[in-house]
Amino acid sequence: MSIFTMPSLGADMEEGKLIEWLVKPGDRVSKGDIVAVVETQKGAIEIEIFETGEIGALLAQPGQTLPVGAPLARLGAADGAEPTPAPSPSPSPALAPAPLPARPAGPAGGTAKPPPAPREPAAASVAPASAGVVLASPAARGRAAELGIALETVSGSGPGGAVLLADVERQAQAMPAPPPAPEPVPPAAPKGKPGLDMAEMRRAIAAAMSRAKREIPHYYLSHETDLQPAQDWLTARNADRSPDRRLLMGALLIRATVKAVARVPELNGRFEAGPFGPAAAVHCGLAIAMRGGGLIAPAILNAETLDVDAIMAAMRDLVARTRAGRLRNSEITQGTITVSSLGESGVDALFGVIYPPQVALVGFGTPRVRPMVHDGTVKPRLAVTVTLAADHRVSDGRRGALFLAEIDRLLQEPESL
Amino acid sequence: MTRDEIRAAFIADLTAVAPDIAPESLRDNDHLQDDLGLDSMDFLNLVSALHNRFGLPIPEADYPRLATTALAVTYLDQALAG
Repeated sequence: MSIFTMPSLGADMEEGKLIEWLVKPGDRVSKGDIVAVVETQKGAIEIEIFETGEIGALLAQPGQTLPVGAPLARLGAADGAEPTPAPSPSPSPALAPAPLPARPAGPAGGTAKPPPAPREPAAASVAPASAGVVLASPAARGRAAELGIALETVSGSGPGGAVLLADVERQAQAMPAPPPAPEPVPPAAPKGKPGLDMAEMRRAIAAAMSRAKREIPHYYLSHETDLQPAQDWLTARNADRSPDRRLLMGALLIRATVKAVARVPELNGRFEAGPFGPAAAVHCGLAIAMRGGGLIAPAILNAETLDVDAIMAAMRDLVARTRAGRLRNSEITQGTITVSSLGESGVDALFGVIYPPQVALVGFGTPRVRPMVHDGTVKPRLAVTVTLAADHRVSDGRRGALFLAEIDRLLQEPESL
Repeated sequence: MTRDEIRAAFIADLTAVAPDIAPESLRDNDHLQDDLGLDSMDFLNLVSALHNRFGLPIPEADYPRLATTALAVTYLDQALAG
């Protein structure tokens, strides 16, 4: 038995608003399942659970704003320890049943040693965010709540069928006018409008960046890198691909960064309590600018296991879910290094502020055709300025330089990325 | 397909990849990247959606012809006719 609490989704977060439960008492959950949606300064975040068990009582109601650490739900061990009328005596339930694929709810078959049968069909463990979960943008979610429209009844036109604000408005128009109210009813709970509150996001950015500048002794390096080979390779590669299989330069830049981390591992990790140790996995944060201001840097988890195409797919997914307001808490709390890129219409270089408790941020300026010496003559080449902001507590300029040189080297051989 | 139908389809796909853009606020000559703030990923997602809807190849070389709603409707209209 344990208590599932309001998670901290960043050093600066003090409270969060529970928007929606995606489980109910009695549901079996496995580590990594998405169980709730919480509204934060970074928009609506899907909250994963980090234990396996059975949801007991829900201790918080949607609409409540709760401090970090406040109890949200009781989680039972789901090991049959409670005296329930079990259909068949099962031997020694001392070990909690592993979150194996759910077996059919039927009798275990009367063999000599039936495994402890889960008391529930445990349909939950397969697809965390599909059945029963309605994808919706924060604005749509808020408007639907205001209007008292169940999101399940709205057909979504967004990415992956997500319900958008316009879908909710359309549904509202199509509904019959409500019967005249007999008396002034108190307006349905003056909830703050879920969605991105720019002032709140600005506060969150200010808190994180102030902490970075207060605590992290930054050093900065900059390196001009020839991007012509990567661009030529990309153009050829994309020419015979349909749009949904095309690559963006950003995927190559991230792939090169993630690979270069293997050379200088002390740039990758989270400097929290105790001495710093490099992280084994590369959870590569991606600074995504929000239209209207602000940015969110969710991470591509285990990016070191992904090739260029898989990085591209992960980026697409992450950007789409950032725009639709459906990030998961692991993605916004586990980053080990961040890449920030100015895209196609920016300026030459970006000197970043490290996102604590990470220890490095890699900046890519806008690629631009520049005169470069190539094979002994000056030629117009596409070039990009790559920068590194790194934490002097864990690395030095010499190592940082090696890292940027490695990114350069990797980008000269795009076919082997 | 009429130009109005193409335009409606284009706007539907655009606001699906950029759900924070209100369809009624769009002007035909807004530049998707400079005025509406689409990044390269949003733009590629839009091209993918148009490809899936219309079955057109839309090679990278044609991207400048999709820079605004007005340009895109003309491009799609011609491509569908051709």
